[in-house]
Amino acid sequence: MIGKRLLAAIPSLIGVIIVTFLLTRALPGDPAAYFAGPAATKEAIEQIRIKLGLDKPLYLQFMRYVADLGRGDLGNSLTTGQPVAEEIKTRLPASAELTLLGLIVSIAIAVPLGIVAATRPNSVIDHCCRVISTAGVSLPVFFTGLILVYVFYYLLGWAPAPLGRLDVFFSPPPQVTGFYLIDSLIAGNGELFLAALKQLILPALTLGIFSLAPIARMTRASMLAALASDFVRTARASGLTPFTIVVTYAFRNAMLPVITTLGMVFSFLLGANVLVEKVFAWPGIGSFAVEALIASDFAPLQGFVLTMAVMYVALNLLIDILYGVIDPRVRIES
Amino acid sequence: MKRREFLKRVTAMAAGGVLPAAPAVWSPAKAQSRQETLLIVSESGPNNIDIHGVGTNVPGYEVSWNCYDRLISHEMKTLPNGVQYYERDKFKMELADDMNVGDMSATFKLKKNATFQDGTPVTAKDVKWSLDRAVTVGGFPTFQMGAGSLTKPEQFVVVDDHTVRVDFLRKDRLTVPDLAVVVPCVLNSELVKKHATDKDPWGLEYTKQNTAGSGAYRVVSWNAGSEVVLERNDKWVGGPLPKVKRIIWRIVPSAGNRRALLERGDADISYDLPNKDFVELKNMGKLAIVSTPYSNGIQYIGMNVKQPPFDNLKVRQAVACAIPYQKIMDAALFGLAKPMFGAPPGTPTEVAWPQPHGYTTDISKAKKLLAEAGYADGFETTLSFDLGFAGVNEPICVLTQESLAQIGIRCTINKIPGATWRTELNKKVLPLYTNVFSGWLDYPEYFFIWCYHGKNSIFNTMSYQSKEMDGFIDAAVAAAAVGDKPAYEKSVKAFVDLAYADAPRIPLYQPYVNVAMQKNVSGYQYWFHRRLDYRAMAKG
Repeated sequence: MIGKRLLAAIPSLIGVIIVTFLLTRALPGDPAAYFAGPAATKEAIEQIRIKLGLDKPLYLQFMRYVADLGRGDLGNSLTTGQPVAEEIKTRLPASAELTLLGLIVSIAIAVPLGIVAATRPNSVIDHCCRVISTAGVSLPVFFTGLILVYVFYYLLGWAPAPLGRLDVFFSPPPQVTGFYLIDSLIAGNGELFLAALKQLILPALTLGIFSLAPIARMTRASMLAALASDFVRTARASGLTPFTIVVTYAFRNAMLPVITTLGMVFSFLLGANVLVEKVFAWPGIGSFAVEALIASDFAPLQGFVLTMAVMYVALNLLIDILYGVIDPRVRIES
Repeated sequence: MKRREFLKRVTAMAAGGVLPAAPAVWSPAKAQSRQETLLIVSESGPNNIDIHGVGTNVPGYEVSWNCYDRLISHEMKTLPNGVQYYERDKFKMELADDMNVGDMSATFKLKKNATFQDGTPVTAKDVKWSLDRAVTVGGFPTFQMGAGSLTKPEQFVVVDDHTVRVDFLRKDRLTVPDLAVVVPCVLNSELVKKHATDKDPWGLEYTKQNTAGSGAYRVVSWNAGSEVVLERNDKWVGGPLPKVKRIIWRIVPSAGNRRALLERGDADISYDLPNKDFVELKNMGKLAIVSTPYSNGIQYIGMNVKQPPFDNLKVRQAVACAIPYQKIMDAALFGLAKPMFGAPPGTPTEVAWPQPHGYTTDISKAKKLLAEAGYADGFETTLSFDLGFAGVNEPICVLTQESLAQIGIRCTINKIPGATWRTELNKKVLPLYTNVFSGWLDYPEYFFIWCYHGKNSIFNTMSYQSKEMDGFIDAAVAAAAVGDKPAYEKSVKAFVDLAYADAPRIPLYQPYVNVAMQKNVSGYQYWFHRRLDYRAMAKG
């Protein structure tokens, strides 16, 4: 089943490669003019264009791009001057660590909130859940981020300076996974772990608050449906404890739509990341892509979209597998 | 350096299972390091640390300036407000020990004890190779060298191991100053050649990531888009040994956070905050704020004189009378700029640039001029600006749009993304727009060659072509080359007068470079390139 799904992903990846190539070329900017600098003459711009290979016809550029791609070469970023593959390798873990932690924060708040709201519909706690999730999703992430920085860093001084993944006077741990939290533990450096965790708290909280709503609402809705179903009534009639009913019977059945939502939330968190990374000076993949976009820098944009496409394919696969684990019916049907 | 090895050892110790001892010895090292380190925060960082590279951005110039030496540099003078400002006409020796400017050449003797950061001595060969590189690689560096009539490798001659001669192509007073700008930096030719390939004969790929100079600092780590770390070169002979051992330059895209970092005392210096923040910080008095006008720089409203209606002089004058100058100063810049308008009638033209023009906001006069031009009912046009600098450009355009509407000129505002701005300017089709230009070399004729001369360079955004104007500019250049002061002064006054009478572009103000720093940071210097010079800075 996994092999089949992977094969099915190949046409979409090819499509992504072609579409991103064409779309980046359709951007209004002229990278040669941008990189020739403020004082460039027309000749200087032409010189740069030839250097960048942008004077060649489109199909030749595409063939070169695909050939490079085959060798694992994603090209060079003009804005940062580095190979794109290298950039993505160092930046993706930064974004992934932040997004995952944000998701964990979100799940830790939203799922219990949704369950409690569903067990006591229209109670104070249910209204609370509604207000919190609506407020969270209504505030733009950069705004939440700036407010958190203002309160916890500027006014209270509890949080560390919003200067990226580590305070300036720490050196990053030797890279194993690229996740500072894990790498610092592997290196056995407790102080570094704490420093990295401190930097993560505010941005992860920002992302968490933003993604509360869909998870909490979906948990509540599917729990309501599960709680109203026949098997829960039977369980209640059998005199099982409320805890067993809610967690073992209702929640496991309500989890399927929640997992689907999680997949969606994770993908839009990767998008929301862009703004959070800007606010917290996070050296992640989102801010990298935005800078590339502003400069009409083709290679990183293509690399970014391609990486994202691969991640989505992987994520969808993971969710499908999780379905099977949670719900035996899915396994049997396939 | 010690600290790095120390950290390595600590990590090794921790891995070996001696973890509990680590934090106790670490913290004092950290505190000491903070004292010797300058933390700079800014919106964007370099994309290449070699100014000769393809498309090196302006932050990259800052790294080049501090990590490489030039033959000569400029002396400093103190402005009345206490700011150190580079002295345009006084040169100081950097890599050279002695400069002898002759009629058609300049000879430089190199400092005998100068070495590159890898220990090899700096020789005349390196200087020639580096200057050859600057005039050959193409793009901006070659262009900038050309501005001082330095275009051919044959102009750079090795006399002996420690003597270089620069032959002049023609008499040009910009040639020597052009050797003191950021571009003609001296690289370690042997080191770079080792990394050169057939495809890349000048080793640009290597210097993009590595510093190979004799300068006061060297880059020890660079994470594009997030951080640059520089360390002092203790063997630097180009000047007095810098006081700051280590520079950490962090990229913090959010302006609000940069301000918060400064106010909390976590960052030492920042220089690209919005004007409003600078004004507020200034009033709070917690930080030291320095504002200096851009040398040879002006923000202006330009008009395309090749197309109607702006081909009509009266229309241009009407626009000049309708721009809300003072409102722009107050609402868009919060007073942080030097006005370039409203010179009282009868003010004699000076031999200086920039200088204020005589137009003021006078709506009834503007209406009259527009009627005389045959546009009594006004017309429709677009007003364009560069979104990359929207913080200032947008309010300027909105205020101008409002004011022009009063005389019947109905503008649609056209926001152009930073990436496309230059492409659009190059096409020379925008009818009405705001833009800024500033030249590294601070000479009136330098500005006019780029912005008003009929050879129509990219900065002559108006496509303004006038035989009379070209005559004045050429005369000024010729007079300057031979040192004919009266003729020079006459020509400069004539081209300034003509530029204001013909009004193809209307200067608004001279922008300020605003720098905010902690009170214990000293030694800020204003340079023509407007970036920071770490070499003079001190902390505590």
